[in-house]
Amino acid sequence: MGALTVAELPALPLHTAGPYVAAAYIVLFALVLIYVAIMSIRLARIERELGELLEISEQPGAPAGPAGEQGATGRESRS
Amino acid sequence: MYGKGLRILSIATVVAMAAALALVFFYAPLEAEQGFLQKIFYVHVPLAIVSLCGFVLGGLLAIQQLRTRDPRWDLRSYVTIHVSLIFALGALITGSIWAKGSWGHWWVWSEPTLVSFLIVFLLYATYQPLRFAIEDPERQARYASVFAITAGAFVPMNFIAVRLSTAYVHPRVLGSTSNLPAPMALTFLVSLTAIALLFATLCMYELTAKHARAQLRALRRRLAGDGERGHERRPRSAAPSPPAGPGIPTGPPMPAGAAMPGSAMSGPPRPAASGLPTTGMGAPATEGRG
Repeated sequence: MGALTVAELPALPLHTAGPYVAAAYIVLFALVLIYVAIMSIRLARIERELGELLEISEQPGAPAGPAGEQGATGRESRS
Repeated sequence: MYGKGLRILSIATVVAMAAALALVFFYAPLEAEQGFLQKIFYVHVPLAIVSLCGFVLGGLLAIQQLRTRDPRWDLRSYVTIHVSLIFALGALITGSIWAKGSWGHWWVWSEPTLVSFLIVFLLYATYQPLRFAIEDPERQARYASVFAITAGAFVPMNFIAVRLSTAYVHPRVLGSTSNLPAPMALTFLVSLTAIALLFATLCMYELTAKHARAQLRALRRRLAGDGERGHERRPRSAAPSPPAGPGIPTGPPMPAGAAMPGSAMSGPPRPAASGLPTTGMGAPATEGRG
């Protein structure tokens, strides 16, 4: 009964409804933004670890496998 | 592996989102009863639908995991449920905002649709703790798959039960889009497509990141000479550990003297046959959670 009463409430005017609509869309964009920020942190971590592996592969005695080749490629691209 | 087509998917998502926003604010007419407030409908309902579909999809992917025992299906199921949970949170928050503007209350406990959605959300909120509680990756995948299938079956049953209930306060969307005026129906469908694309894009990003991380871990293991033993000492994590894939070389390990700068592998080399447990390539406990 109480639910029916609230359903029959008149529409909110634009100046009152505006903040609610803005808040709903901001929530969506905030969620996406937070997700992108987390992804960028992960990407930075992966990049850092790749750099570490590159350093290891450049050390003397590193295997001359694909990891070694990767290191050579990295050196070439940096030079 | 998972990165294929990610650029096209991302562009399609951005275009669809822009189109949906343009339609919502410049094309769709104002609704007679709720006026401008009804614009929340175009974000709240697609978020709810996509999250519920994502939960069901997670269950279907979990069936594949149980059938094949392939950890990749477990990863897909995990990522789908993970992103669905985020979307469900968005649906709950936007729904609350809509309820406050429309009904004057942030939450109405007598409304079955709201409460049932909250139950589904809370049910899936236990998914990650369940995974984290199980250390053995195989058992973790198996139990998580059983959970995903059971909960995934609960979602449509819950949906049907709510629709059969007697309350008619909550606006009905599925099955009644024909009642919407054409511009509103078009806007809704474009919004739904945009949110679905966003879901797919985020899932693909997550899968790509996890796969890249697994490849890095495998490469680290190989360079440090831990070989396959690194697999045995995976840091405890709720996230499944995907196979590194064919890109990881299987050549001879690096000499034990080669140190890992900036990681727990730095320092004096361990004797190869010391019998000490490896530390999953010196990965801190948080590494695998990403």
